[in-house]
Amino acid sequence: MSQIDLANTSLRELNATLQAQKGGDNQTAWEILNPRGSHALAVGLDAPIEVTVKGHTGYYCAGMNQQATVHVEGSVGPGVAENMMSGSVIVEGDASQYAGATGHGGLLVIKGNASSRCGISMKGIDIVVQGNIGHMSAFMAQAGNLVVCGDAGDALGDSLYEARLFVRGSVKSLGADCIEKEMRPEHLDLLSDLLTRAGVDAKPEDFRRYGSARKLYNFDIDNAY
Amino acid sequence: MCGIVGLFLKDKALEPQLGAMLTEMLITMTDRGPDSAGIAIYGAAGNRAKLTVQSDNPDQDFATLAEELEAALGAPVTLRANDTHAVLELPADQVEAARAAIADRPGRIRVMSDGDVIEIYKEVGLPRDVASRFDLPSMSGTHGIGHTRMATESAVTTEGAHPFSTGPDQCLVHNGSLSNHNSLRRKLRREGVRIESENDTEVGAAYLTWKMQNGATLGEALEASLTDLDGFFTFVVGTKEGFGVVRDPIACKPAVMAETDQYVAFGSEYRALVNLPGIDAARVWEPEPATVYFWSH
Repeated sequence: MSQIDLANTSLRELNATLQAQKGGDNQTAWEILNPRGSHALAVGLDAPIEVTVKGHTGYYCAGMNQQATVHVEGSVGPGVAENMMSGSVIVEGDASQYAGATGHGGLLVIKGNASSRCGISMKGIDIVVQGNIGHMSAFMAQAGNLVVCGDAGDALGDSLYEARLFVRGSVKSLGADCIEKEMRPEHLDLLSDLLTRAGVDAKPEDFRRYGSARKLYNFDIDNAY
Repeated sequence: MCGIVGLFLKDKALEPQLGAMLTEMLITMTDRGPDSAGIAIYGAAGNRAKLTVQSDNPDQDFATLAEELEAALGAPVTLRANDTHAVLELPADQVEAARAAIADRPGRIRVMSDGDVIEIYKEVGLPRDVASRFDLPSMSGTHGIGHTRMATESAVTTEGAHPFSTGPDQCLVHNGSLSNHNSLRRKLRREGVRIESENDTEVGAAYLTWKMQNGATLGEALEASLTDLDGFFTFVVGTKEGFGVVRDPIACKPAVMAETDQYVAFGSEYRALVNLPGIDAARVWEPEPATVYFWSH
């Protein structure tokens, strides 16, 4: 275990050190002390390393992550795991707006609540939120899975494409073209796997599934150029 | 983009440190607003009203101001100069007469605020420099609000800096931009509300003052702002008793709050709060969209 203390190391130096890690090195576990709400912490990682952040972070923590596991022992600011490609990001506290935005892959687990626009334009990422999510979540979500153990805010899944949304609690309102869909056995299997990987003790049968009705203008072939 | 900080003290022992704590928070938010900075500080109430004024030419404008006002009002007036600002103390029933006398005299003195306890200091420049020229760290009080500005809706001037005060002991700071401020300004001016600048936030402040003049509580005025103000906003408002927070329903302008037994703190980002005492054990949360929060003494 290597420790980097941001009280005496610059953020740029920290990120450069973590970004320089290659697969196959023995040095795989890193602990970051005194994050003090810093922005862009542990971004652009591309190696199977484990990074633990001891405290709250600011904007864009673990953005663009590939392969790495980033564990935040605190809450995160806007845009956590933005555009994540693979690996996993686990947040012990809450996440601010647009968590997991545009993510292409990997697993984002938020143990507290996520605020507005969670999973906006997600493109293959899996997001599991143990608490509630805010309004306009999964807006224009294209692929991947969003699992919410608590409640969802207004306009869930507005202008959704092919992402799957699973909510255990209430949904304040559905966005344009988002509808409740039948939970088939393959969805229960998928959800069961996601909950297990996220370490969440919940029954897949308690969730409802939402998805795109595919009725918007862009789904009509006669509107194609 | 702008930065907002606010601190409402529950523990009286912290009151002498209010200015120092707010200054540190303000400087941390320089990245969000490097062009101007300001602070509203709520201190101890005396038995007279406070009028905070500002001049670009303070040596000349403040030299005889107290004597001139005493002559005009027939009442005792004291003046405490602090760089480009000065705090006048005068009988509470003479505030409007003093405002009129200041408007009539030569020179260009702007009234920043009036009330029993509020003092507002704001200028163009880096937050660190603004804090230093007014010696903000030495100020004490029960609560205060600070703002770092990155201008969008009006010029980078002292008048365009926040906080804005449009009623006794009231002030408002804003992160965001209002879209309907021109039409609302015309409407409020027709209603007789005083609006000094072309800035969108001042219209927001004036709107709340107008609502409260017409019988609304601060909470009701903030609720009504969610319907009547178009645009993006995270507002922090100050009154004699405390401070309130409201975010528009879209809530794209960030906000973080922290509460302990000693204080309630607001920051545009968590970074602004990291040096507060006991922050590691504080309850930290993001205020909900379209929800009014208020704390009072």
